[in-house]
Amino acid sequence: MNVEHWGLAVAFVVLGPLLGALLAGLDRRLTARMQSRQGPPLLQPIYDVLKLFEKDTVVVTELQTLYLWGFLFFMVISGFILFLGSDLLLSLFALTVSGIFLCLAAYSTNSPYSNIGSSRELLLMMAYEPMLIIVALGFFLVADSFRVSDIVAGSPWQVVQLFGILLGFLFILTIKLRKSPFDLSSSHHGHQELVKGITTDLSGSDLALVEIGHWYENTILLGWLYLFFAPWGVALALPIALVLFFAEVLVDNTHARLKWATTLKATWVVTGLFGVTNLMLLPLIT
Amino acid sequence: MSFLKKSPWILHYAATSCNGCDIELLACLTPLYDVERFGIVNTGNPKHADIFLVTGSVNEESRKVVENLYAQMPDPKAVVAIGACALSGGIFRDAYNVYGGIDQVIPVDVYVPGCAARPESIIDGIVQALAILEERARDRKRQRKVVAS
Amino acid sequence: MPLIALLIGFPLLAGLAILFAPTHARRADLVRWSVYGLGGATLALALSYFRMEPQFFALGEGVAGALDSAFLLGGIALSVYLLFACRRIKGREWYIPLLILAQTGLMLFAELAPEHPEVARQFYVDSFSILMALIVGLVGGLICLHAIRYMQDYQAHDLEVTDRRPAFFFMLFVFLGAMFGIVFSNHLPWLFFFWEVTTLCSFWLISYSGTDEAIRNGFRALGLNLIGGVAFAGAIVWLTHGPGLHTWELDQLIAAGSTLALIPAVLIAIAGLTKSAQLPFSSWLLGAMVAPTPVSALLHSSTMVKAGVFLLVKLSPVFHDTYAGLLLSLVGGVTFLVTSLAAVSQRNAKRVLAYSTIANLGLIVMCAGVGTATTIWAAILLILFHAVAKALLFLSVGTTEHLIGSRDIEDMEGLVYRRPVLAAMMLVGILGMFLAPFGMLLSKYTCFQAFLTMDVMPGDGILLAAILAFGSAPTLFFWSKWMGKLVAMPRRPNPIEAAIPRDEAIALFTLTLITYVACALFPLADWMFVQPYTEFLTGAGLIPLTDDRIPWETIAMMTAMLGGIFLLPLIFWLRPPRFAVVSGYLSGANVDGSASYRGAMGAEREVESRGYYLTGFIQEDLLVRRGLIGAAILMTLMLWSVNP
Ligand code: SF4
Repeated sequence: MNVEHWGLAVAFVVLGPLLGALLAGLDRRLTARMQSRQGPPLLQPIYDVLKLFEKDTVVVTELQTLYLWGFLFFMVISGFILFLGSDLLLSLFALTVSGIFLCLAAYSTNSPYSNIGSSRELLLMMAYEPMLIIVALGFFLVADSFRVSDIVAGSPWQVVQLFGILLGFLFILTIKLRKSPFDLSSSHHGHQELVKGITTDLSGSDLALVEIGHWYENTILLGWLYLFFAPWGVALALPIALVLFFAEVLVDNTHARLKWATTLKATWVVTGLFGVTNLMLLPLIT
Repeated sequence: MSFLKKSPWILHYAATSCNGCDIELLACLTPLYDVERFGIVNTGNPKHADIFLVTGSVNEESRKVVENLYAQMPDPKAVVAIGACALSGGIFRDAYNVYGGIDQVIPVDVYVPGCAARPESIIDGIVQALAILEERARDRKRQRKVVAS
Repeated sequence: MPLIALLIGFPLLAGLAILFAPTHARRADLVRWSVYGLGGATLALALSYFRMEPQFFALGEGVAGALDSAFLLGGIALSVYLLFACRRIKGREWYIPLLILAQTGLMLFAELAPEHPEVARQFYVDSFSILMALIVGLVGGLICLHAIRYMQDYQAHDLEVTDRRPAFFFMLFVFLGAMFGIVFSNHLPWLFFFWEVTTLCSFWLISYSGTDEAIRNGFRALGLNLIGGVAFAGAIVWLTHGPGLHTWELDQLIAAGSTLALIPAVLIAIAGLTKSAQLPFSSWLLGAMVAPTPVSALLHSSTMVKAGVFLLVKLSPVFHDTYAGLLLSLVGGVTFLVTSLAAVSQRNAKRVLAYSTIANLGLIVMCAGVGTATTIWAAILLILFHAVAKALLFLSVGTTEHLIGSRDIEDMEGLVYRRPVLAAMMLVGILGMFLAPFGMLLSKYTCFQAFLTMDVMPGDGILLAAILAFGSAPTLFFWSKWMGKLVAMPRRPNPIEAAIPRDEAIALFTLTLITYVACALFPLADWMFVQPYTEFLTGAGLIPLTDDRIPWETIAMMTAMLGGIFLLPLIFWLRPPRFAVVSGYLSGANVDGSASYRGAMGAEREVESRGYYLTGFIQEDLLVRRGLIGAAILMTLMLWSVNP
């Protein structure tokens, strides 16, 4: 652990949300273009959040804000650990805890829409959690360590060795980014049976916290994706990671939403088929 | 400058309209008009919305909903009434069951005429509402300062 | 040594005193004082053997001989009592008397053998058994304390149940004594005697209410535990008459290593699996939930079922790097996976707790089967965290049940607002059970590492790790779902008037405190109880030395997270944000706040929304049946793999 790592980690805390916001802005623009619209300005997500801070906040219960603090806190911790080059598994656990806090915030408001949203969110977490763990395990087997800094310095062949796991990860990335066909818990587009699902009863600065949390999450997920290609150096790895990241936008715009049972089954099958098989075959590939 | 201007989120409710105005309103979201260019998003949720767009002449059933939705919107907020019905009851004005105009129920800031209102005029109505919103945001900020001190 | 004798003997005496206490009030006082005395004695023991190498104690010849015959006679008396109890068997459990006879026969065959092994050192203390003793003494004591008031309400509620409270408390204390016997005995037949006493207590306490269901479930528990008993007796016979190892001492059995000790170890492991309610034997633990809640807390989650995994962890060095060990881990793994999934489909809080208990024990069995320093470390920490957090959860569910008259999770909606303190304690319990940075996380973390570095056969560790990954996901789901219900804002004010009785409050507060401290200061617990034990084992060359400990940096991060969980509510409490309160979103059709809405035809309807139980997706019966077959096959393979 050296100054560089600490610098990166602190940079994540400060600049992480900015990067995440840019990713979100680009996403909205790309989506618009795919629908042959012009779309909002690149900085639109930032305007949105600044506006939300100008608005009043109305709550169903005061405690919901506390849970949202928990959500943001653990999200930041998760990214901090990741960018510090520390423990990948721990970063993953923090990410999970953060997700649980978001669900608690929605549960606490206890409106039917929030309830359905948070139940579905938990269901999705149950679906993707094994795959995320398997990603960490795969890195462990290749780099012989859960430490991110060791993984970054790993063998350039690791993406080949972990190809199945990469495919599995891309699959669950769609869920994590709340993209169609897996946008079961809350969707980017209003006016549907869910209303806004998990965020229905959050408003003003509460909603802003959620948005900022999602920006952090974008950055973290991009970081995870980057790890697969990291040994190739930034110049090559970052563009690849970005391209794959935005491939999700295409998926989003070309698929209709699935039912939860299908989602759960499909995700676990993919996890087993790509993830576990890849792990099993790993000794043969190295 | 207030960021409300850059990102007005709308809530749309059809209070006993004939759906003509609603179709025009939704046309604003289509590629032809693409209001997302201005950061306008149709949220479908009062707690996220800044501008309340109401169409229709309001009867007893929809009155309560309009009131509830209005109450659940956080300040600062603005209301835009769209279409002749929402302004005065329109062709339903003489019907026994309508209130005749949104302003019979909640305070309205901008009136967009037409039967049905054209997308261009709806967008114009929203833009006018933005100016009102900005002023309210300023007032609100001042109020908060007073409360804080 | 005197302390050990005190710990085993004192509960028995206290139990007798309680049995013959003249009035309810007197009895309650006696229970209280015994609990404090027991707690004090356990603490004294922990202090006097603080971080010591294992200590062994040899009794004088006369005492040992006397005890030998006492335990032998006791064992026979126990069998006779059980046979007598069997008169109430109807139909399906006809095999129970056979098992009792088989077990007694085997034991007599071993003990009366002319050249049975001599036991030089009958008792021992090491840091692991001290930890167990602390759990039994403190957590067990607190549960007894909670039981005083709980049983009073229980009897008042259910007038049909005959009031046998004196015997009830007698049984609880006898049970505590027997647990101390299990954790300190080095003498296997004695250990077996204590083991059977716990089986008896469990049987009696499950059937306490005397309803048909209770009696049926009691017999089921008895029958399945007796299978384990027969296996245990078989192990002792093997150690007496079999070729190879000829000893009745536990430490020698462990030290003998896998080549010599594997057969008896596997037999004892089967006993451990039955006691810890692992698949294929798990059904008795769910049935046992008919018992009063303190019984479930004491026997069926924090102590008795731990006796099973306690022995497995003790024998863990023998299993290291063997097929039998791998298969044992897989039995644990299948149990973990199946019961975690089954817990998702449960609405009854006690059944959720029961399934999650089995699942956690499964995780511990997984660790025990691998048998490296880190997995033993993880297993012991799991035992600790699970014992305190689960006891807390069971007791708070018990208290809640008496306050709101239901143990359905859906009915606990809004407990945070209706009963903040109780809900907070329940939340601490749930957080302690599964959420980072608390107990489970640490253990899971090391498990992953240890699994991936093991190698008995290709792909074994990956299989275990994958099972762990898939099994953890449903745990997350059902715990969070439960928390979601607790934190939900009640749609109508719905306060609970009744107060929490004092004894229950003391027990709950102390347990919450212990859970919190155990989590916050876990490196200390590790240093005090776990390290001395694993260091001794590596020092004695019983388990290989590995350096895959959790790095300090990871621990620092976990501490930061824990600090966050502690600080955020504090900051919130000091500077709460003031926001306007509105009703929840009901498509604008709200009538009475968030509670009702205008539905079709203008009718006012109550808002209702329930949690997801996925009963269509997870069919409990089918799932458990499949798990049962799988585990049975694995267990048969395990027996077959040690075929001499
Ligand atoms: S104004 Fe005209 S188009 Fe609009 S709702 Fe009324 S009748 Fe329909």
